[in-house]
Amino acid sequence: MSAVAGATVRLATSRAAQAEQPLVEVRNLKMHFTVAGGVFSRAKAAQIKAVDDVSFTIARGETLGLVGESGCGKTTTGRCILRLEQPTSGEIIFEGQNLCNLERKALNEKRERMQVIFQDPYSSLNPRMKVGAIIGEPMMVHGIHPKRSERVQRVAELLSVCGLNPKFMDRYPHEMSGGQRQRVGIARALSLNPNFIICDEAVSALDVSIQAQVINLLEDLREQFKLSYLFIAHDLSVVRHLCHRVAVMYLGRLVELAASDELFSNPLHPYTQALLEAVPIPDPDIEKRRAHHGMKGEVPSPINPPSGCVFHPRCPLAVGSCRQEVPELRELKPGHWVSCPRV
Amino acid sequence: MSMLLEVEDLRTQFDTSAGVVRAVDGICYTVNEGETVGIVGESGCGKSVGALSILRLIPAPPGRIASGSIRFSGRNLLTLGDAEIREVRGHQIAMVFQEPMTSLNPVLTIGLQLCETMELHLKLSPAQAQARAIELLDLVGISEPARRLQQYPHHLSGGMRQRVMIALALSCKPKLIIADEPTTALDVTIQAQILELMKDLTKRFGVALVIITHNLGVVARYADRVNVMYAGKIVESGTASDIYHRPVHPYTLGLLLSIPRMDRPRGERLIPIGGQPPDLTREIEGCAYRPRCSFAVERCARETPPLEAVASGHASACFEKARLERLLKKAS
Repeated sequence: MSAVAGATVRLATSRAAQAEQPLVEVRNLKMHFTVAGGVFSRAKAAQIKAVDDVSFTIARGETLGLVGESGCGKTTTGRCILRLEQPTSGEIIFEGQNLCNLERKALNEKRERMQVIFQDPYSSLNPRMKVGAIIGEPMMVHGIHPKRSERVQRVAELLSVCGLNPKFMDRYPHEMSGGQRQRVGIARALSLNPNFIICDEAVSALDVSIQAQVINLLEDLREQFKLSYLFIAHDLSVVRHLCHRVAVMYLGRLVELAASDELFSNPLHPYTQALLEAVPIPDPDIEKRRAHHGMKGEVPSPINPPSGCVFHPRCPLAVGSCRQEVPELRELKPGHWVSCPRV
Repeated sequence: MSMLLEVEDLRTQFDTSAGVVRAVDGICYTVNEGETVGIVGESGCGKSVGALSILRLIPAPPGRIASGSIRFSGRNLLTLGDAEIREVRGHQIAMVFQEPMTSLNPVLTIGLQLCETMELHLKLSPAQAQARAIELLDLVGISEPARRLQQYPHHLSGGMRQRVMIALALSCKPKLIIADEPTTALDVTIQAQILELMKDLTKRFGVALVIITHNLGVVARYADRVNVMYAGKIVESGTASDIYHRPVHPYTLGLLLSIPRMDRPRGERLIPIGGQPPDLTREIEGCAYRPRCSFAVERCARETPPLEAVASGHASACFEKARLERLLKKAS
């Protein structure tokens, strides 16, 4: 082997090693909530398995989409990663450190590097604070730019990065439109220079024309600041547009995980297939050619989930064994994971 | 196909402390018997107010229908007396609202709510009404219908409640159902179930459907004809195929270019519409879309473009529609 080729191989392996260490790694995450049986009821407290044995990774600069219907545990997963919830079990490795057993002080240091953008631009901004104070507060909390003048300059910078006039600093949230408020929420998330942002339905509440502006902004910021996103959403069209890889959740469990193009062109899990079929495409000619079988039934209650595979009561492929055996996530093709033994 | 509903120059306004809001500002459209018409637009464009005006459900004050006529089966609904319009509501025209949580009465059983309308409008006896209620719940795909009659809305999931709403809408054999964002609050698989159900049932019973939504995909899947609204006006109307493949209004084109699509690969950049929708409390001179429009010419600031036909059944309210049409033809 020539020296050059050897060096290339070495370089490639070190790159591979770097690529192998993901920014975020979630291992066997479980978040179980206990619900009381009610004041007068003698019923025993029930357990809701909001997140049940979920594992995935997010590489640096990658956007992972987390999709599923309401109550499937996608938001809880996000909250666990930020440790806004203390997970029942499992590990959350962020930049090589397990967040689940960090002390408060060490955790707060880590939190500088991870931020969140919420769905509702109305309730996620304090109505009594001016925009400048909203964006500046995280910096004050973490002791970045302790000088006021520096902070103001940084806020102005963040506002213009997010496509807002720095003059907005002196406004209150109610003086702004939904799209503008969401930009403030994004500017606040960026204020600590994070490298990981959880977008929890960040564009769902916005009108179509405004939604496109914010989607483009999120894409630009990802490039500019080398961000990684966990993009939690129920709108599959937006997820397809933004995400490199997509994880599909159903009733607290991961049912499929694959690269975006692969998942949308070749969905394997029957739930993913039904989900994709249900999304209408804005083109009447394509719609005429598409099959609309629809999926039967509704999502069962998480208090009393079905035995075995949680999807079996609605599944067209279900057989007897699906009632007993909890399916494992297995890799059918490189990078394409499915938790169904029947595909 | 004969014409069932004809809305002409409808103007609905609200008196607010900030001034008069022209929520609906001179819209004209028709609905033929048995067809599905989609009305699309973003929040605040007047699509819901327009629909509520048909049944005169606008709270007055502050709202009022300032002018126009709404002809339904030959009668002008705006000049009917209170008793007469009540006869039309729920009987000849039924409505399905967005929030299945709030549109059913929480303290009455499902059965009572279904039977009440039928006893009133169809003059059925309680026993007959009950039998028909069970039939209807079965029709909309609710299991154990007899038991459900005794249940309250909070016993049902969101999707189930919307099925009850559809049963309620169909109960008096209406000629027209107006569905205002019927599936916006529902999950995507439930949305598909509900929309398929509505399509099947309206086809089967020959009921016309006006479906109001902000979701361009839903309209593409279900509507025969589409009206696009912006700032209280219809800016383009045509068949679904016209609107999606040959749009002749810059706003329609802008909407189509700004939505991410599931059938397109990642990385295609969206082309958003810049700016914000206008403040409707201020009098808008000229075309309301002008500040956001890349086709605007000087004339747009002075005159309001009328909705004019470009082809049979396809109309646009834009002075530059010919230029836009040429451009799109060249591009394709």
